Amino acid sequence: MLLRIVGRCSSRWTTALCLLALVLAGCGSEQYPQTTLLPRGDFAKIADDLLDTTVRWALLVFVLVEGVLLYAIFRFRGRPGDPEPHQTHGNTTVEIIWTVVPALILAAIAVPTVRAIFQTNAVPGKEALTIEVVGHQWWWEFRYPEYNLTTANEMHVPMGRMVSLRMGSNDVIHSFWVPQFAAKRDVFANRETRMWFTAQVEGDYPGQCAEFCGIQHGRMAHRIKAQKPEEFQAWVAHMQTLGAKPAATAAAPAGNAKYTEGEKLFTAKGCIACHSMVAVNSPKGMVGPNLANVGARSYLAAGTLKNTDENLARWIRDPQGIKKGVLMPNLGVTEAEAQALVAYLRRK
Amino acid sequence: MTAHAHAAHLETSTGLDNRKVAIWTFIGSECMFFATLISNYLVNKGKSLVGPFPHEPWTSPAGQHFEPIFEIPLVTLGTALLLFSSLFVVLALSGAQRGSRKALIGWLGATIACGVFFAGMQVYEFTHFVHRGLGFTTNLFGSSFYTLTGFHGTHVAIGVLWLATLWVDALRGKLPPAKSLNLEMAALYWHFVDVVWIIIFPVVYLIQ
Amino acid sequence: MATRVLDQPHAHAAAHGEKTGLWSWITTVDHKRIGVLYGATAFIFFLMGGIEALLLRIQLGSPENTFLSPDLYNQLFTMHGTTMIFLAVMPLSAMFFNYLIPLQIGARDVAFPRLNAFSYWVFLLGGLFLNASFLFGAAPDQGWFGYANLTSKQYSPGLNVDFWMLGLQILGIASLAAAVNFFVTIVNMRAPGMTLMRMPMFVWMSLITQVLLLLAFPVITVALILLMYDRFFGSAFFVPSGGGDPLLWQHLFWIFGHPEVYILILPAFGIVSEVLPVFSRKPLFGYAAMVFSGVFIAFLGFGVWSHHMFSTGMGPLADTFFALTTMLIAIPTGVKIFNWIGTMWGGSLQYRTPMLFAIGFIAMFIIGGLSGVMHSSPPADLQQTDTYFVVAHFHYVLFGGSIFGLTAGAYYWWPKMFGRMLNERLGQLHFWLMLIGFNLTFFPMHFVGLHGMPRRVYTYPEGLGFDLMNQIETAGSFVLALAFLVFLVNIFQTWRKPRNAPADPWNGATLEWAIPSPPPEFNFAEIPTVHGRDALWEQKRQRGGPLPEPARVSGAGIHMPNPSYWPLVTAVGILAFFVTLMMLAKIGIWAVIASFALLLLGVYKWAYEPAG
Repeated sequence: MLLRIVGRCSSRWTTALCLLALVLAGCGSEQYPQTTLLPRGDFAKIADDLLDTTVRWALLVFVLVEGVLLYAIFRFRGRPGDPEPHQTHGNTTVEIIWTVVPALILAAIAVPTVRAIFQTNAVPGKEALTIEVVGHQWWWEFRYPEYNLTTANEMHVPMGRMVSLRMGSNDVIHSFWVPQFAAKRDVFANRETRMWFTAQVEGDYPGQCAEFCGIQHGRMAHRIKAQKPEEFQAWVAHMQTLGAKPAATAAAPAGNAKYTEGEKLFTAKGCIACHSMVAVNSPKGMVGPNLANVGARSYLAAGTLKNTDENLARWIRDPQGIKKGVLMPNLGVTEAEAQALVAYLRRK
Repeated sequence: MTAHAHAAHLETSTGLDNRKVAIWTFIGSECMFFATLISNYLVNKGKSLVGPFPHEPWTSPAGQHFEPIFEIPLVTLGTALLLFSSLFVVLALSGAQRGSRKALIGWLGATIACGVFFAGMQVYEFTHFVHRGLGFTTNLFGSSFYTLTGFHGTHVAIGVLWLATLWVDALRGKLPPAKSLNLEMAALYWHFVDVVWIIIFPVVYLIQ
Repeated sequence: MATRVLDQPHAHAAAHGEKTGLWSWITTVDHKRIGVLYGATAFIFFLMGGIEALLLRIQLGSPENTFLSPDLYNQLFTMHGTTMIFLAVMPLSAMFFNYLIPLQIGARDVAFPRLNAFSYWVFLLGGLFLNASFLFGAAPDQGWFGYANLTSKQYSPGLNVDFWMLGLQILGIASLAAAVNFFVTIVNMRAPGMTLMRMPMFVWMSLITQVLLLLAFPVITVALILLMYDRFFGSAFFVPSGGGDPLLWQHLFWIFGHPEVYILILPAFGIVSEVLPVFSRKPLFGYAAMVFSGVFIAFLGFGVWSHHMFSTGMGPLADTFFALTTMLIAIPTGVKIFNWIGTMWGGSLQYRTPMLFAIGFIAMFIIGGLSGVMHSSPPADLQQTDTYFVVAHFHYVLFGGSIFGLTAGAYYWWPKMFGRMLNERLGQLHFWLMLIGFNLTFFPMHFVGLHGMPRRVYTYPEGLGFDLMNQIETAGSFVLALAFLVFLVNIFQTWRKPRNAPADPWNGATLEWAIPSPPPEFNFAEIPTVHGRDALWEQKRQRGGPLPEPARVSGAGIHMPNPSYWPLVTAVGILAFFVTLMMLAKIGIWAVIASFALLLLGVYKWAYEPAG
């Protein structure tokens, strides 16, 4: 793996900066799970290829111009008693050369740029999997119209099938960013924006909101879970069992009093006003994330906490202490009540 | 004082008085101000969620009927008078430069009268529109219409005040030919305000 | 080169009736004093913005840090950006405009001295107003470009956005008034013989900057007015639920915002173009190319605004257009860099502090320019925008560019402004600390951005690989702070020394070096006549050697404008108007009317006061 990375680096980040990049930053996906430099999808590959092109030219210009500057600094340093240097005022030929050469370099960048602009703006065909993305302060809603499914913060996508994102916002502007597969696109309350990608490498990848959207902009992360097609289909099939009302017997050990109490508290404490426990045909525009499969997620509160029983209970009791300003109020839930709610929410 | 001002006049790099260059500079900047306001009106055109609308009738869900808001004849009269006032202020300036006090006071008075009529027309129009159901926050049309024409109206009002102070100067014999630049600056500003209206009038009132 | 040292600090001050005391500063209309006021005020704001940055860096020094709460972090990053742009870099440039434009074009003052004082007072009060928000715990917290609809009353109910929106309107008045003034001054008050193509490059870049200010600020003014109507009076220009479009704000903001970038950098271009020839002992290479590339940059600057908005999804045609215009800007910018190096080429380079900063400027600005080309490509920019890569880019332009350039100017003109030479050793220490600290702070940001760290996040989790690079950046920011501490020590040390600067310590090329340091109130006892570019070098050449130290002569008989406090009264009226407008609901309309009356009184008394 490391060798591949180094090899990859030296082919694209030429010479000195490659070493510097490795030392300073490296290219490993393990160290940098959110990196844009190791594309694993077609859209991201287009962006990365373009970056490679510009970086190559930029490095060349950088080395040449800074080199000439350094040379001038040493070569023309003045000494006491030096005569007045020759008073040149300019040189038309030179001016023309250093106008035309950069223009040519820019043209070399512009041609692939324009091609890539049109490629990335292409509209996916009907065979693509459409996922609706809705930005909320401060979490992401994902809807799969093809399967009538809704989920939050963790998007499952099948490898090899193009995903067509149709995106909007429930409130302010956010930006949906999938660094490994695509790039980013802003989402608005009053217009639909689009992006597409095909996941080519399996895995669980982090991303986060990239447009400042209020006090908890820093805590608006999501995950993309790229799965083998059959695993994805299994996930869909499972999600479709999370229908109208959770069947207590299916989700909890028989006679689990805690679970039943949690189910009651979910209504009594008002959780149900903002959260849906239903994955299928769930209503649009809920204030809080859909919790139908919250037990199966890796993180809570849009990447704020690892999804453990302890963290979930903490979160239920004190969301304002953990994520100040979040729209979920502190509801005066006791520790025992929190435990019951956790038992209820462990449904996967 | 006069001699001094005259000397300064000759010393400038362009031969123009500083104040004249300044008013031109200011007008250049104001062009961007109104260009932005007009763009804002155009961007929001047709995007109002509810009526009343400028050119079409509208019936509210509650069944209330609203006629198109604009009444072109009155505004056309105002526009014509504003256009004439540009001519009048040229004649007034010519009077000031020639030292013809009569022409100065007469034509300047006519300019001011046109400006006052225009401002009055706008006050009437605004109150009338509000009565007919178009408030500032009724819809995007209302907000952008009042913002654009309101800022223009404010410019007219400032222009009228400026010209009026000069008219008082003229009446008191304090606007001799040597000081005609004072009027020339106000006149330049006044022309600008007129030109802006010549753009606003068709863009807002005539183009449907 | 003149080497004679004058050390009778008080003798000539008294002899020439130099006015002293607080009142003389409050009523001053002297462009040099106003320049000093601008500089001192802006430098204090710069230090405040720097402290804000240090707090941000401490917070980001480690993952999951709780040093700052999220709301305070958001206030600090918003105020850091707003302060550095509107209260530090712009007014520091205004200091040089004020002090140098009249001196370099051979004038006794600016075209409208009282308007000049007015600009300063409005700027000062606007800056204080913005920072007063901290006292209410309600500093702006929506980012310096204040994207709608986060700024709507629904999502930002507090006073935070009000302070920002009104503060920028106040500062806009100051900038516009100053821009009219400097534009007229340059166009109309040049000494005989100083044709446009003989003007010093700093004056040229200043002229272009004024044009940009005049054309860009009205756009942001309208945008802010529309936002104000939305927030105060309930219109829906940027509110989707009312049919408005938040994207309109982005267009208006960046039509202003991109020229604003050139407003921030062109004065530094001008300064560097003055410093390099003097310390290379040869004239600026390609003067005409420098002028026209500056004009071209300014012109194109109005046609690239949407490159800040590639991620909004404007469609392939708009993306292509704005990508190509953005790439075009690299050409005149490159021409400038090559001409600066051309100026050094074959020269006899004198590595004094101003020269070090000027060369540092070139070296750093190249990096900022190249990363700019990298995100002129929309598909690549879709990964880079709103990440630390962009933060790295614009700090290489605005710190590596503007601040390095302005610092070069400060060291270069300090002896002219204050009659004292700054300590050379401390100056060199300042330079090296700043160069190292700057690169430590901002270079890793390129990588941390490409590796996926978005900007404006108050913290980041462990495990994304951001930790080490953020630690380096935080350490670097303290080296930067140390660099400016050295500068402060230098200033205080120099202050205690006698006035020892000769009129022309660097063998200057421009007219300001022909008159004593600091210059008398009237600048030139006799308005000079100009016979060519680099007017002072031309004079020295004709004389065949250095000029004698100019004598301090009496200004008797030279007519200078009278001091006035009405500009200050008017400025206070403007501030009162905006403050009462903000508190309209609490204190009522009469207070707004009263402050407007104060404003009118100021204007009226100003208009009818003899200017002298």
